[in-house]
Amino acid sequence: MEMDLSRAVKLARIELTPEEEQRLAPQLGEVLQYVEKLNGLDVSGVEPTAHATPLSNVMREDEPRESLSQEDALRNAPKTANGLFVVPKIVE
Amino acid sequence: MVHFLTIHQLLEQLRAGELSSREATQACLDRVEKVDGRLNAFISVDATDALAQADAADQSRAAGEDLPMLGVPVAIKDVLAVKDQPLNCASKILGEFNSPYDATVIQKLRAAGAVVFGRLNMDEFAMGSSNENSAFGPARNPWNTDCIPGGSSGGSAVAVAADECIASLGSDTGGSIRQPAALCGCVGLKPTYGRVSRYGLVAFASSLDQVGPFTKDVRDAATLLQVIAGADEQDSTNVPEPVPDYSAALSGDVKGLRIGLPREYQVEGLDPEVKAATDAAVKQLEALGAEVKEISLPHTEYAIATYYIIATAEASANLARFEGVRYGARLDGADPEEMNRKTRGAGFGEEVKRRIILGTYVLSSGYYDAYYLRAQKVRTLIRQDFLKAFEEVDLIASPTTPTPAFKIGEKTGDPLQMYLSDIYTISCNLAGLCGISVPCGFSKAGLPIGLQLLGKPFGEPDLLRAAHAYEQATDWHTHRPNLD
Repeated sequence: MEMDLSRAVKLARIELTPEEEQRLAPQLGEVLQYVEKLNGLDVSGVEPTAHATPLSNVMREDEPRESLSQEDALRNAPKTANGLFVVPKIVE
Repeated sequence: MVHFLTIHQLLEQLRAGELSSREATQACLDRVEKVDGRLNAFISVDATDALAQADAADQSRAAGEDLPMLGVPVAIKDVLAVKDQPLNCASKILGEFNSPYDATVIQKLRAAGAVVFGRLNMDEFAMGSSNENSAFGPARNPWNTDCIPGGSSGGSAVAVAADECIASLGSDTGGSIRQPAALCGCVGLKPTYGRVSRYGLVAFASSLDQVGPFTKDVRDAATLLQVIAGADEQDSTNVPEPVPDYSAALSGDVKGLRIGLPREYQVEGLDPEVKAATDAAVKQLEALGAEVKEISLPHTEYAIATYYIIATAEASANLARFEGVRYGARLDGADPEEMNRKTRGAGFGEEVKRRIILGTYVLSSGYYDAYYLRAQKVRTLIRQDFLKAFEEVDLIASPTTPTPAFKIGEKTGDPLQMYLSDIYTISCNLAGLCGISVPCGFSKAGLPIGLQLLGKPFGEPDLLRAAHAYEQATDWHTHRPNLD
């Protein structure tokens, strides 16, 4: 099974070389074919599991607390200016 | 020979004043120097920083202080943040990343007095079962350097098995602690989902990831788990369940403990030597007083498919953050999208790309219900299988892996075959259980074999009790690879 990668590749924002695309398409097709086996199961009336713990909506008090300094938050960024992340121009 | 010591042996000598943390740490660093050129377990080591921590530990001890791991060198998988140290997840995309803070487990290790050192090799972003997907080259199995050490925490297993550290930390999303521990011949424990904080662990699949210890014996696993376990308000998935005294579980007594053998685990492809070794281990537990019975986990055959949908879907969301803006290396582009595409295309390795694309596909509109939602429902069925089985038994025993370590390069061209080797380990993560792998023998070719025990959620005491009793009755955990 060949998988049409183009839409997922675009959504995932990953540039692939033509060779990579040629390798990945049949490999992912094979994996997708394998996971098709789930279609053989009747799951009607079964609740989905998103998490294996009994917790939900874990909240804390909305109080200011210590966090990373601006300097620390920016220290690994490839490009910064005036305490901000710099990105290529978005709006003309 | 100090590097050969376990945590409890080293602590005994440190407490008696027979040895200093500096000597122990230096012994580990010397061992890394001597053997790691062949094994590639470490991506980097900051020896100066390690020795400074060791000296501080020695000073504390001289001042009369004693802590649960004071002065014990522990090495860290390259997926956990250690303040002012590099963090790459064995990927190119993080560039020169340097952690601005300590992960909670690292804070806990420091509070317990441990010497935190080294960045351990792994499959890129913890995606893999062989440690071949590392931008820093594969780690190698210390029992045969032509073989894989397992993954994704390959470096964590190798470093412990080859005595390059006293213990290490890794992470387990579908077997990434238990599988390399089995293939390298050490103890690896995956705690229950929610038992250990993930704050400062780079996320792969958030509903499955868990941090856990690699050690030379079960007593050490109990010690290290004790240090890292517990609630953390920085991680909202941490369950505020009290942490028991794990060492109290090491009674050696398994009388009446009920152990289940899943009928469905007799799969095609189970190596006869692995089967023989794990059968013998179960017999041993029975001889020690455990009750062994067959159980059924009817949805076993769906586990791998379920896992590779859920894990890749979560990964595609988690790894969206590596876009060339906030951290790491960037390739320029005319607009943000092109910059993202180029940065991610050049920065991620092939397995990571495969999984992100697959995860994006199963989440994309038109496919979400057919793949992702369906997988989440099957996950419910798999979880129910286990909860039902745990009404009849306390633990479930199986091989950790269907075969001993395979050769480097043997499965790299065939991702599906690689995924299928995770058959015994991934259900544990899907169902939110705890699990341990302990050494239980060797193949004729001299490669280690692991016994896996699975416990119910927060059932770590039973897990440790059985693993410890087995270990006391055998000597597999004392075998060491010859690296001289």
